[in-house]
Amino acid sequence: MHQIIDDTLGINLLHANQEGADHNRTHFDAWGITCINLMSSPGAGKTALLEKTLAALTTDLNLAVIEGDMTTELDADRLRQYDVPVIAINTGRACHLDARMVAGGIHTLSHDYAPQDLDMVIVENVGNLVCPAEFGVGEHAKVALLSVTEGEDKPLKYPVMFREADVLLITKIDLAPYLDVDLALIEANVRQINPHVTVIPVSAKSGEGLALWFDWVRSAVKSPELTSA
Amino acid sequence: MHETDMTKALVITLRDWWESQPDRPPVEKVFLTVGKFTCVEPASLQFAFEVQTRGTFLDGAELVIQETPLIAFCHPCQAEYRPEIGQQYACPTCRSPLDDIRSGRELKIDRVQYAQTARSPNSPIP
Repeated sequence: MHQIIDDTLGINLLHANQEGADHNRTHFDAWGITCINLMSSPGAGKTALLEKTLAALTTDLNLAVIEGDMTTELDADRLRQYDVPVIAINTGRACHLDARMVAGGIHTLSHDYAPQDLDMVIVENVGNLVCPAEFGVGEHAKVALLSVTEGEDKPLKYPVMFREADVLLITKIDLAPYLDVDLALIEANVRQINPHVTVIPVSAKSGEGLALWFDWVRSAVKSPELTSA
Repeated sequence: MHETDMTKALVITLRDWWESQPDRPPVEKVFLTVGKFTCVEPASLQFAFEVQTRGTFLDGAELVIQETPLIAFCHPCQAEYRPEIGQQYACPTCRSPLDDIRSGRELKIDRVQYAQTARSPNSPIP
């Protein structure tokens, strides 16, 4: 007997990852932690932004970082000097952090530190504008970075990332005067895809715009449920 | 590389389903719906699936991918439109930004096709 059976699944391809993300989220919520997921192409300035953020906010907030890097701990080492828990996760050949990897980071956090004392966990994803957009890790908000050197059309070329973002940080704006770049066009291109996104232009080098970003972080700690666009 | 990870996620999800089946049938076809407004390229997914499933419970299974177009709904115009991915996402009539997406974000395993073995699907494993 050889009868063909069709079994209707109707489940998301990323079902297993989503279950992991929900699990992580349950932990974050139980500990009263807001989790944000920083994503961008390589070199957009995620680590530089984090350095400024840790330096400015660790006096009044308890922050921790889960740092995704394909092979090295170079970025994690840069952040450790700010005296906050930094959990480095080598993703190997995977080009993004997935929920299971972040669960490993959470496990380390809960083992080595007191997670109930933390206000925020910042996940620094692997530099990549494609996959991280589809793999949730249990974050309350997705923060995308786009540097002015990348060109105005990036949001049009990588629409899923910019569609999914709750916040867009336009970085390296100190370079804008030296480039033929139209900041208003970057913002317009992003808003074409994602009308509800919060846009904050910043420069980690000059400090311009950082106060607005810090205000957003503080408000995200107070009411994580309001951070999603 | 992106599809390698997406395939891994797909295989994990399929394995969860397969292991929950009482008789763990040999899978012949897997039907997916993949939207145009996702990070997945069907041809690369096909290739990665074939390579990654060799020697596993999915060895030889065929991946059948149906693509769905990006369709948006413009509220001011009360009409659907098809954004041009990579070019233009706003409504071509009134320039309102892309808001509601009606189609194109699907990443779904629709169904799995397998040959029933002599044993009935609900009989216990001996």
